Amino acid sequence: MKRRQFTAAALAATTFAAALPALAQDNTFKIGLILPMTGQQASTGRQIEAAARLYMAQNGDTVAGKKIQLIVKDDTSLPDTTRRLAQELVVNDKVNVLAGFGITPSALATAPIATQSKTPLVVMAAATSSITEASPYIVRTSFTLPQVSVALADWAPKNGIKKVVTLVSDYGPGIDAEKFFKERLTFNGGQVTEALRVPMRNPDFAPFLQKVRDLKPDAMFVFVPSGAGAAVMKQFLERGMDKAGIKMIATGDVTDDDQLNDMGDGALGVVSSHHYSAAHPSATNKKFVEAFGKANKGLRPNFMAVGGYDGMRVIYEALRTAKTTGKATPTGDALLAAMKGQIFESPRGPIFIDAQTRDVVQNVYLRKVEKKDGQLYNIEFDVIKDVKDPGKTR
Amino acid sequence: MLTILFDGVAYGMLLFILAVGLAVTMGLMNFINLAHGAFAMAGGYITVLLMQRLGVPFLVCLPLAFLGAALMGALLERTLYRPMYNKPHLDQVLFSIGLVFMAVASVDYFLGSSQQNIHLPVWLKGRTEIGSDAFMLGMGHYRLFIIAVCAALTVALQYVLTKTRFGSRLRASVDDQRVAAGLGINVNLVFLSTFAVGSGLAGLGGALGAEVLGLDPTFPLKFMVYFLIVVAVGGTSSITGPLLAALLLGIADVAGKYYIPKLGAFIVYSLMIAILIWRPQGLFVRKAAKSS
Repeated sequence: MKRRQFTAAALAATTFAAALPALAQDNTFKIGLILPMTGQQASTGRQIEAAARLYMAQNGDTVAGKKIQLIVKDDTSLPDTTRRLAQELVVNDKVNVLAGFGITPSALATAPIATQSKTPLVVMAAATSSITEASPYIVRTSFTLPQVSVALADWAPKNGIKKVVTLVSDYGPGIDAEKFFKERLTFNGGQVTEALRVPMRNPDFAPFLQKVRDLKPDAMFVFVPSGAGAAVMKQFLERGMDKAGIKMIATGDVTDDDQLNDMGDGALGVVSSHHYSAAHPSATNKKFVEAFGKANKGLRPNFMAVGGYDGMRVIYEALRTAKTTGKATPTGDALLAAMKGQIFESPRGPIFIDAQTRDVVQNVYLRKVEKKDGQLYNIEFDVIKDVKDPGKTR
Repeated sequence: MLTILFDGVAYGMLLFILAVGLAVTMGLMNFINLAHGAFAMAGGYITVLLMQRLGVPFLVCLPLAFLGAALMGALLERTLYRPMYNKPHLDQVLFSIGLVFMAVASVDYFLGSSQQNIHLPVWLKGRTEIGSDAFMLGMGHYRLFIIAVCAALTVALQYVLTKTRFGSRLRASVDDQRVAAGLGINVNLVFLSTFAVGSGLAGLGGALGAEVLGLDPTFPLKFMVYFLIVVAVGGTSSITGPLLAALLLGIADVAGKYYIPKLGAFIVYSLMIAILIWRPQGLFVRKAAKSS
């Protein structure tokens, strides 16, 4: 008799335990964060993951009665891997939102999955204009190269720079940067004498920079993905280009906050244009930089981190305000509708997710590299407000 | 143009130092060691860590990188490589590729994936310019340093190979392992020391190249193709072969990227294809070479 009671009790307990996970399922909201955690773009992955976890630590992991679960996957910057991971996350883990995407090819490869499964996809890093047009479910919180390139092309002619040679990495964002910089500079009366493209794999800048040196322009406009900036800077100094009177103007990816301090004093005076600097003088940013440093052994956040931080904010807010029936998790379409049109204060400044293009509208700052408290920072000296991405074709 | 030639020579000599160990290993032990780049990476990281964490001056780091990589090579040769000598080539390739992935992953895990920056001493950072305009020769001091070191090493290697007893033992073992062993040459010791020196040289090359080529955990994979091209084109039966192949490769790469930036890196591969079609055994082959 004792055994029968025991078996009955055990059976009841097991049934009860089995029911619990089912209940838990309904109350979790899963975010699939696909990032390059290893490989050339690993600093991107590291920064975004740190920022996402910081946001969750600061804002709790329960929103609208749902428990937020962050699933981080490493795609090693290979688009095929990204697509496979996205597929697994959507089909097996049943994530509610896909996020991350360190490089343009990764985002574009995953776009069809977002469309087919009606899952919102928040792009936190990739920067080519056409990404948001690849799927109606894509929302971006990072930036686009045209946004920041036209700012430099407006500033340069007013500061004695007429002849420019452009040097970009040969992929989506690089070509975007080159095209829009050239268009705007020519419109402003300047001239791009030569447009050089450096291959993505095995970038060896020495011969390209030597070519720029021999062309003797007023300035060299550079775009390389974050991480390769130090190599360009090194070659720029080694070839004595600053002494030959050639200025270096670049998008902020070259003077990436992550690597800037390590570049040495040779980077002083480089003018760049970007949407975020760790030295941005706002109270929100100060808090963000401090909290980020504290949680990550003194690491300085860069523009990738702020893209991740704001991306989480967009997701949280969408979950909070999405229209849903009763206590059910909002559908992908409802979440997407709640993501469009969000306007808030980010550590970078005010930002706005355009409802039509689902892309980010933000301030673009012109900065110069200066020393502050013994460390190198991008100090902002001018701003162009509320820049919409000029690269949209529709 | 002269500057491009100079840069190409510097790049070529660096490639030579990196690849000479591989050439000798492949010729000597008939072993396809695709993990050669991992020793170069080890040398590079030893230098970076010593300079950043312990403040060791750059010049002192170079021999330490050589020794560190050589020790690692000797250890791995004795434990992992030796059982693999008589296995088919495919097994050797799979084994060394596995080693590369392990090396890449462990460096990534312990030291992070970002590019490592070396802060050169001030006297290596300058630049000397001779001549003017089209015939200007701009020589970065660091690249001059690389050429000097690599030239000295080449002369030393050639001397050891041709004028010392160890060199003749090495050449004998390359020509015919069984006969050499029969004559009383301790072939195992020859293999061990050659592998160690080859890996040490790779480590030195990695340390020298950290400034020019960059250093991150994927270094062995990125540059393996270049090492293999040097060995394929230069042949494995002498060291002048790989030297000339490396110089050719370096100059072609740099000049190609300068004059035809759109084709850039492709120039090197087309040159390799052309040379191998013309001379499938490589540019320099000794007639009496026989593999055991």
